[in-house]
Order: sequence, then C-alpha cells, then structure tokens
Amino acid sequence: MSAEVAVTPAVPSGVQRAPVDTRLASLRAIYIIWYRDILRFWRDRWRLVASLTQPLLFLVVFGSGLSSSLQGSASFGAGRLSYIQFMYPGIIGMAILFSAIFGAMSIVWDREFGFLKEVLVAPIDRSAVAIGKALGGTTQAMIQGLILLVLAPFVGVKLSLLTVLTMIPLAAVMAFGLSSLGVALASSMKSMQGFQVVINFLMMPMFFLSGALFPLSGLPGWMAVLTRIDPASYGIDPLRRVVLSESGLPSAVIDKLGLTINGQVLPIPVEVGIMLAFGIVMLAIAVISFKRRD
Amino acid sequence: MAETVIQAHGLVKRYGELEAVRGIDLEVKGGEIFGFLGPNGAGKSTTISILCTLLTPTAGTARVAGIDVMHDPAGVRQRIGLVFQDPSVDGELTGRENLEFHAFIYSVPAAVRRQRIDEMLELLQLTDRAGSQVRTYSGGMKRRLEIARGMLHEPEVLFLDEPTLGLDPQTRQSIWNHLNELRARKGITIFMTTHYMDEAEYCDRIAIIDRGKIVALGTPDQLKAMVGGDVVTMTSSQPDAAVREITELLGVTPSRENGTLRMEVADGKAFVPRLVRELMAPVDTVTLRRPSLDDVFVKLTGHAIRDEEAGTKDQMRMMGRAWMGRRR
Repeated sequence: MSAEVAVTPAVPSGVQRAPVDTRLASLRAIYIIWYRDILRFWRDRWRLVASLTQPLLFLVVFGSGLSSSLQGSASFGAGRLSYIQFMYPGIIGMAILFSAIFGAMSIVWDREFGFLKEVLVAPIDRSAVAIGKALGGTTQAMIQGLILLVLAPFVGVKLSLLTVLTMIPLAAVMAFGLSSLGVALASSMKSMQGFQVVINFLMMPMFFLSGALFPLSGLPGWMAVLTRIDPASYGIDPLRRVVLSESGLPSAVIDKLGLTINGQVLPIPVEVGIMLAFGIVMLAIAVISFKRRD
Repeated sequence: MAETVIQAHGLVKRYGELEAVRGIDLEVKGGEIFGFLGPNGAGKSTTISILCTLLTPTAGTARVAGIDVMHDPAGVRQRIGLVFQDPSVDGELTGRENLEFHAFIYSVPAAVRRQRIDEMLELLQLTDRAGSQVRTYSGGMKRRLEIARGMLHEPEVLFLDEPTLGLDPQTRQSIWNHLNELRARKGITIFMTTHYMDEAEYCDRIAIIDRGKIVALGTPDQLKAMVGGDVVTMTSSQPDAAVREITELLGVTPSRENGTLRMEVADGKAFVPRLVRELMAPVDTVTLRRPSLDDVFVKLTGHAIRDEEAGTKDQMRMMGRAWMGRRR
C-alpha cells in the first residue's frame, strides 16, 4: 500500500449517524427500483422486437381473416368499419395486459436469482418495493402498447395528434391497474410454476373476455358477467372509443360496440376511475403482502 | 478500537421440534475478523441470520453496532453490510449499476455516491470491468462485487455467509487478501461463517460451533493449544499389538481412525524416535505435524467435520444454482 492512499476512517461504533429521512429514502428506493426495470427493458431489445410479433400476428392473420368474413356485418356499422379496425385498439390493450403481467413477474425471477434478497434486506419500507415494481411495470406496458400506434396506417386507422395524446394517459392507467395486479400476484409467489398458472388461468382468460377481439354486447348472460368482472375490459373500451372517434362512425354505433352495464354506456372518466381504483387496491394488497413476508 | 461491536446472549432458534441454535453467547470487538466455524447444519447460517435481523430468535438477545436486533432491525441493517451465501447480484446490469442501485436503496448521500463507488471498485479490483454486465463475470468477480456492494454504505460490520463457497483455492485466497485489506483500510469488523478449516486460520478469533452450540472460542493458536502439543499418526500391519505396546510402553492412548493410529503428544520430535525404537510391532509409516483446526474439531466434538458429506451437498447446491440460481 503506498503512502499516498487515503485512509478513510471507519465510523466508530455507537456514533450517531445523520438520520435518514424515511420518506425521502422511500422515494429514492422507488426511483431506483423503477429505473432498474427500465434499464433492463431497454437493454433487452430482443424482447421489445419479439413483443411486437404477437400483436402483428393477431392483426395480420386473425384480423385479416375475420375482416373478410365479417365484411358488411351490421354490428360493425354495415361496412363502414372493418374488423381489423375494430380489433386494433383491442390488440394495443392486449400488448399492455401481457407486458404488465410479464413485467410484474420479474419479481419471481428476481427471487429465483437472489436479487430480491438484496432489495428486501435494505433498510427501506417494503411499500417502496411494491410501488417501484408497479411503476416499472406500468412504464414498460405503456411503451409496449403505444409502440403499436406505428401500425395504425397499415390497418387503415387514422390517428390525429389529439387521439395519440388522449391515448397516452389511458394506456398509462390501464398499464398501472394491470401491473399492480401482477405485482400483487407475484409478491406471494414462490416459484416459476405459479407463473405458468397465472398465464394460463388468469392472463389468457382476461384477454379473451376483455372485448379485445369482439364487441361485449349481445353476449350470453354468464359471459356478459365475466366480461364485466374482467378489469382489462375497462382499459380496452376507452382506448377503442378514442380510436374509433376518428373513424367517422356515428356515436350511436360506437356506443353499441362498447362496454355497457345494465344497458348504460359507461363514460370514459368512469372507466378510468374504475381502473385506477382497481390498481390502487391491487397495489395495497401487494404492499401488505411484501410487508408480511420474511 | 476495543469496543464491543457484536454481542449475543443466549440465542436460541427453534423450528418446531428442531433446535437449530441452542444458546449462543458471543462478543466481537471492533476491527476483528471473527470466524464462525462448523459443519453444514451446525447453526452457522441461522446465527448469522439472527445477527443480521433476517430471522428473529426464539429466545435471547443480540446487539449489533450498539443496536438491538429485535427493536430496530432497520437501524441494524443500515449499519451492516451483507454478503449472502448465494449470489444476489443482477446479471443484466453492469457492476457499476449494481453498486448504484445499492447506494440508492441504502441512502448513500448523492455527494459521495460516485466517489465511494469508484473507491470500492478500485479496492476490489473491479474498475476495468465495472462497465460490463455482471453475467459475464467469473464467480470470484461476482463475490468481489458483492463485497464492494456490502461496503458501500460504510457499515460498521461486514457479515459474510460462506463467502468462499464454491470458489477455487486461488480465488479463495484473493478474497481473503481483499478482506484483510478492507480491514486495514477501513477498520471494519468482519464476521464470517465457513466450513473450510484452513480458512478459519485467517481469522483473529474463531468460534467452533457444532449442533447449535459453541464448543470452543479463541484465537487459532489458543484453539490449537487445546490439542496439547503435536499430532503423530502411524500405520502398522499389526495395529492391535501396536496400540497395546504404545499404551504400555509410552503412556499414550492412541485413537484409531480407518486403520491409522493417531496420538497427541507434548514433544513430537522426541516421541517419534522412541516410537520407532521401542515398538515390537512393525511401524510402517509415521507422520508428525502441528495440530490443525481439524484436530481441534475432532477433539472437541468427537467427529470430523464431515467434509466429504459437505462436499457432496455443496456440489448439489452448485448444480442447483447453475440450473436456477436458487437457495435451499
């Protein structure tokens, strides 16, 4: 060791350290947990590209296939709206749903690889961990959904600047609600097996019942109930209304395609409110669950 | 610095019927390297987890850095650094990013964040690779990164649970050099567990733990003195006759381990010539050595540290880790 090397004196035992402001500490922790997720998200570009293939497949194959057979159907405004145009906002919702759930599942991944331990032993409030994770998932899911806006010209959807600007907060709220759901599920999950269960028995049914692929009107009673329970329905409907408002369809037709409860059309702010409330409840469950485990 | 940094009194941890820790008392002074030595399942990890506030004891009290582990676990965690048995770094982030993450969640002031990260990278010789993703690191580099990370918030005690497990001997040596340098530069107290006897020799003081209890505590030399002189081992084609003659003629009772006779004598250099000269039974081989901590362990517990068993267990752990990086 050379003489030049600075020797930092150790902090003697029992000496009072500058007290740490716990609220500030929580904010810092939320920020860095969020930032780590974003960093990993950008670093994993392959995933970003791969995540585009599934929506594309749905739009091109499923959408084109059904468009021709549903051409002129009364429920799609008697030919003024193609099925692919109807489906497009639903697929944006699908991307948000899938990536929100997958994003939150990184918690299970972190547990498997030991990193979660580093986070959980830190002298921070556990709620910061849940919030940071939920916000990280929200940001990723929002980006994954909104990136599909570049496909609009290919499916014959016109987007104005106002439409895009309106969709950003709508996508964010949906992403928040579903990411919080994912974090709540992942917080008490011990293994990757549970992850498969969530995908098969929760995420896929949520997608099929969300109104992403078909209008939620005129359904059999039991299915109508399930679609109204599905939180994703309340995220996709506002997106669709905003996109379709540009299509020149009469609003009566748009309302008919949308989400109703007891025959009442739900206004967008109510749907947003439901989604936001759902997200907050899920986040609260996630916080409790994180605080409980060792 | 001679003040007590770790103090445990009557620690007990029960899991239902199983008593993993059965009344542990210990004191560690500031600036010490304290080793917790024992076979797998002796209660080492349980004890270190209690001291780190990761487990609550069934009974007993402990203070770390002047703070009660039961009353203010967050306060303790802010003052200790942790290096877990299994890797806990994010392989997708770079080394520097892993350290930045830690600096944030441990509230390292922004003004010194960069400087401390640089200093720790330098100290653990990771500066060159700080910008590479951690998944490209070797096992030893990951360990060094975890040590750097544990030191970042300037803890008073660094806890390491089996820090050299699964590393090759050369890497183990370098980890030890780094720990010694950290102590010299930072005056930090180091508390570590190991089941490698040879490693325990680097510690200032050692507690030998077996079946949940401390069976001996002292410096490596003090512990070796408990064996009483030198260790002589010999083999003979007529072991029964040899045992009888040694007991009668030389006044020592040898113990038998797999056909080898082992005895502890005060002055080995004088004993060996007598052994060869006076024994009628054939003496095939003789060794003479200073006692090792292995001998201490055998003497105190009546059994070897079961290294072989530990070996297979570790191998399985390593395989498990390679598959899914999972603990337990």
